[in-house]
Amino acid sequence: MVTARITVNGKEASISPVAPHTTALDFLRERGLTGTKEGCAEGECGACSVLVARPGVNKPTDWVAVNACLVPVAALDGQEVVTSEGLATPGEPGTASTLHPVQEEMAVRGGSQCGYCTPGFICSMAAEYYRPGRCAHADSEGDAEHGPNGFDLHALSGNLCRCTGYRPIRDAAYAVGDPAEDDPLARRREQAPPAPVATEYTQDGRTFLRKDTLAETLRVLSERPDAVLVAGSTDWGVEVNIRSRRADCVVALDRLSELRELSVESDHIEIGAALTLTEIERRLDGEVPLLAELFPQFASRLIRNSATLGGNLGTGSPIGDSPPVLLALEASVVLAHADGEREVPLADYFTGYRQSVRRPGELIRAVRVPLPLSRVTAFHKIAKRRFDDISSVAVAFALDIEDGIVRKARIGLGGVAATPIRARAAEEALEGRPWSAETTEAAAALLQAEGTPMSDHRASAGYRSAMLGQSLLKLYAQTTEAVSS
Amino acid sequence: MSHLSERPEKPVVGVAMPHESAFLHVTGTALYTDDLVYRTRDVLHAYPVQVMKPRGRITALRTEPALAVPGVVRVLTGADVPGVNDAGMKHDEPLFPDEVMFYGHAVAWVLGETLEAARLGAEAVEVELDEQPAVITLREAIEAESFHGARPVMTTGDVDAGFADSAHVFSGEFQFSDQEHFYLETHAALAYIDEAEQVFIQSSTQHPSETQEIVAHVLGLHSHEVTVQCLRMGGGFGGKEMQPHGFAAVAALGAKLTGRPVRVRLNRTQDLTMSGKRHGFHAEWRIGFDADGRIQALDATLTADGGWSLDLSEPVTARALCHIDNTYWIPNARVAGRIAKTNKVSNTAFRGFGGPQGMLVIEDILGRCAPLLGLDPAELRERNFYRPGRGQTTPYGQLVSQPERISAVWRQVEDNGGLAERRREIAAFNAAHPNTKRALAITGIKFGISFNLTAFNQAGALVLIYKDGSVLINHGGTEMGQGLHTKMLQVAATTLGIPLHKVRLAPTRTDKVPNTSATAASSGADLNGGAVKNACEQLRARLVQVAASQLGSNASDVRIVEGVARTLGSDQELAWDDLVRTAYFQRVQLSASGYYRTEGLHWDAKTFRGSPFKYFSYGAAAAEVEVDGFTGAYRIRRVDIVHDVGDSLSPMIDIGQVEGGFVQGAGWLTLEDMRWDVSDGPNRGRLLTQAASTYKLPSFSEMPEEFNVTLMENATEEGAVYGSKAVGEPPLMLAFCVREALRQAAAAFGPSGISVDLAAPATPEAVYWAIQAARQAEAPGTGAAVNGHAANGRIPIDTRALSGV
Repeated sequence: MVTARITVNGKEASISPVAPHTTALDFLRERGLTGTKEGCAEGECGACSVLVARPGVNKPTDWVAVNACLVPVAALDGQEVVTSEGLATPGEPGTASTLHPVQEEMAVRGGSQCGYCTPGFICSMAAEYYRPGRCAHADSEGDAEHGPNGFDLHALSGNLCRCTGYRPIRDAAYAVGDPAEDDPLARRREQAPPAPVATEYTQDGRTFLRKDTLAETLRVLSERPDAVLVAGSTDWGVEVNIRSRRADCVVALDRLSELRELSVESDHIEIGAALTLTEIERRLDGEVPLLAELFPQFASRLIRNSATLGGNLGTGSPIGDSPPVLLALEASVVLAHADGEREVPLADYFTGYRQSVRRPGELIRAVRVPLPLSRVTAFHKIAKRRFDDISSVAVAFALDIEDGIVRKARIGLGGVAATPIRARAAEEALEGRPWSAETTEAAAALLQAEGTPMSDHRASAGYRSAMLGQSLLKLYAQTTEAVSS
Repeated sequence: MSHLSERPEKPVVGVAMPHESAFLHVTGTALYTDDLVYRTRDVLHAYPVQVMKPRGRITALRTEPALAVPGVVRVLTGADVPGVNDAGMKHDEPLFPDEVMFYGHAVAWVLGETLEAARLGAEAVEVELDEQPAVITLREAIEAESFHGARPVMTTGDVDAGFADSAHVFSGEFQFSDQEHFYLETHAALAYIDEAEQVFIQSSTQHPSETQEIVAHVLGLHSHEVTVQCLRMGGGFGGKEMQPHGFAAVAALGAKLTGRPVRVRLNRTQDLTMSGKRHGFHAEWRIGFDADGRIQALDATLTADGGWSLDLSEPVTARALCHIDNTYWIPNARVAGRIAKTNKVSNTAFRGFGGPQGMLVIEDILGRCAPLLGLDPAELRERNFYRPGRGQTTPYGQLVSQPERISAVWRQVEDNGGLAERRREIAAFNAAHPNTKRALAITGIKFGISFNLTAFNQAGALVLIYKDGSVLINHGGTEMGQGLHTKMLQVAATTLGIPLHKVRLAPTRTDKVPNTSATAASSGADLNGGAVKNACEQLRARLVQVAASQLGSNASDVRIVEGVARTLGSDQELAWDDLVRTAYFQRVQLSASGYYRTEGLHWDAKTFRGSPFKYFSYGAAAAEVEVDGFTGAYRIRRVDIVHDVGDSLSPMIDIGQVEGGFVQGAGWLTLEDMRWDVSDGPNRGRLLTQAASTYKLPSFSEMPEEFNVTLMENATEEGAVYGSKAVGEPPLMLAFCVREALRQAAAAFGPSGISVDLAAPATPEAVYWAIQAARQAEAPGTGAAVNGHAANGRIPIDTRALSGV
């Protein structure tokens, strides 16, 4: 057994002898770093947020905040983690430590009441504080979701506070300045990120495995068909914590370079399956408007810092938010196997509830989005809460409208059937017809009848159906309002 | 000005300052109960054996398979209880039940060397059940007449005559949802046994004295053998007033039987499925108005969903009745309360404690009736306010003090928020936007402060001055984020006349101050502040004597200000530290226990009359919302609040309470949607929203985009410490304006003047159905709505099965 090691607040430690399913949260707490809290154990509340040094988008290294309750500590082998305790600068013996700027602002502005969620807020806030180019986006006014200092409020959308009502936390976030020249974490961004480390961590017959290359990983998969594949572990972590699932073998994919490429070709964009949603968002920088619209609604920043497209498609959940969008974009998935690769249109990928054409030993290497893109696109997510909720239904549109005629319509739906589906009847009802109230009303009636929505705790079947039709009517209203104004 | 309310020169109270633990919060170094586990050796972990059926008699409980699991040390069952097998104050909550009373009821607890071992052990325990029919919804309980506890009736005036005099009579029904506390820190306790077999429990509890009492009776001990400490809580909101006792008792029992520290910490799913919530209510009502829209009579029956045991359901129901009037004078009323016994968790205290439920009923009635009366809802509300100078009393017979504050805060909100101008802007916006509507609503609150049960309105404190001049205060209140400790430090520094840094506060412990009341009913600062002040006054009086002899003057001429004693007409000074040292050498006692009881309260629970409240807190709030007509989704664009906290003890803390309470209230009314499986399927009685992923709390997206909170100025309350008022609960109810704004926005999609029923919580789906109903409604005068029956507003049929109607 190779020992896995992790650097926490600048100090290196062995993770032995914890069980391979042990989360970073439990590991940190057992080491006495109890500032990192468990609030929900499913990546919803952010009380466990910690900073991790990751390959950067605009600098060699980014400090990103992740939910420590979801990531197995073994996945952090060789990595650097900073917790709320590590952000303050310790004073000389006998004197108080100096607060980090985000800690200072939170403390003096009344950003903490019971204080339990606070360390998590601090880490999420610190990650945004260190985001390269944050202040470059600053304008003195800010807007509803950005501070005058460029602070993006969505950085805190995965942190819940039950006491304050958030106003003082927003004030604190909007008050932080630029990191100082000698700020050690700011300087750390200029150095290379910690390299991925091949890991084989075994305890009591259970193994966490990370290989150096795709080829080695595929070889493992052919030998261990029972292996659970994880990237950001945002889905598997919930299974472990909430449903007490344990796996004999977990294989990590998130740092395989073959799964982390993003390339724009003449006729398609290829997006590596293990790029995090945050990385895709920042690297595409709005190039695919429908994806840009998806990401802020997909989940909190904490989740998007770990979650991947590969994972969202791999779990096959009918309420994942990327499939409707990728269906509308007519994307395909590239499946890799020890015997070779194949490309499958996403529309043919899902076969049943959490079922797909992916065979044992196969993994999703990349997603391809064909070019050119349709001009009129929209993603409508219907949920109870605006930030960080799970869809009741999700509808993605990609339409080509030329001279007032719908030339092509692609509509992806989530939450209305056992799998994400294309709304083919509505697409047909739109294609070749004028983009008009009459056409959209007729198509909306068909759209409303798509799938077999259920009633559950999120929404009634009647509401889900209604929202399918309403989403098209809303899109029509938005396009015509935009034209008339 | 009263002695209690008068502030000395340069008081530390009234100064805005952050929470006393803010530095520890932001650095992650503040300790909560479960953080202590990692600083304690040989801890055993407890895991509950939950039975996943809503009701049934246990016919077999086999623990042997659990003991075969590696790492399992012991399984706790009812047979292990040396004292009384009961976790409540009503003796209807067996700690280890013979009968499963709700889905997820814990019937045994497994102790393991690790949490994983305890979990696997709990899975291995075999339970057999003789299943019995279960009552899940309020409607089922009402039909089956499944009630428990008191059935109070509050009457005033002559209801029949009131209806006879009414020009308009409406009736209706209303059911609204329960609410999960969702304190970020789940229930936790850690118990140790000392060398003398005494029990020490670290517990996340709002009521350490009662936790102590329950642990003692479960273990068959006296209270002096059990000590409970609460460092701080990661949120309480009432959810840790009664509910922690059983969990502490399990930890204590485990520790007693094994001799090792035992930790109980619920994970979120366990906390959600095992602990009580805010009571959902059903209301049936009839109301009469005169031709001008003044309320003449109200006849209502409120049914609270108590869950399986009584817990605090009786006082919650009493407070609901006592708040159905809110800010409105109701000359003739008959309001009945009853508590449904259902096979669900035992519902309990939650910020407002029935008050919000009672007030929601009247606000819903007014919101529905205003269009039927042809009145603007704000106008209807204002017309019915209690008026100054008329000696008006509440329906339970208490004189409404400071009624002028009702309209004072209301008018200030109108002015601060520029409501008149914005109403015009909104009308113009709505005329130009067929698919998006905005609305602005203003509502007010009146909330009674004091425990309804008079005996609870007392508190103690222990203040110690050490020879070096440093001061340590102990009091009976607990800190759950509300800033009580910050205020108590400010009170002590003010009374003693010393700088804040001289004063420290010790964690709340039952061996320092006995027989404390729960930190609840917003009363923490009033009661404990009174006691701290009293202790400090005793000490100050002694020290002033010492100073007088040192300064060669009369004690009555000595003032201690900012840590320096001076006498009138002299430049001579005596520093605090020197004064204290001198006092020590003169053998003057430097510790004092303080005590406070709220004067002037009386309450007769049988006749449901009296003056249970020391005073009322007032406030008003206006919310502007924008609603999307396609989906029912909405945003809160702006909120303006003016709230009465008397003369604030600590303005930053108080504003934090107002904002946080408001958003929590808005969560209850709009977003937080508890769903239970009410089907006849295999999971009947199961909580469907048992995780943060399915039960959504307000997040940043629900915060009002513009949020202005003003504390009422020159608002001295004579009857409370340093002229302040309680603040914990009342602001939650300011959020009614959000719901009323959503109702009005939905109405704006239909013809003008229609009455809109809005489900509670007003989720986007509920708002969507309200919009659809408004769109289909006929303009008033053409249909049957006028003077008719304002029907129950629930969402259409296909969701009824899930919404518990």
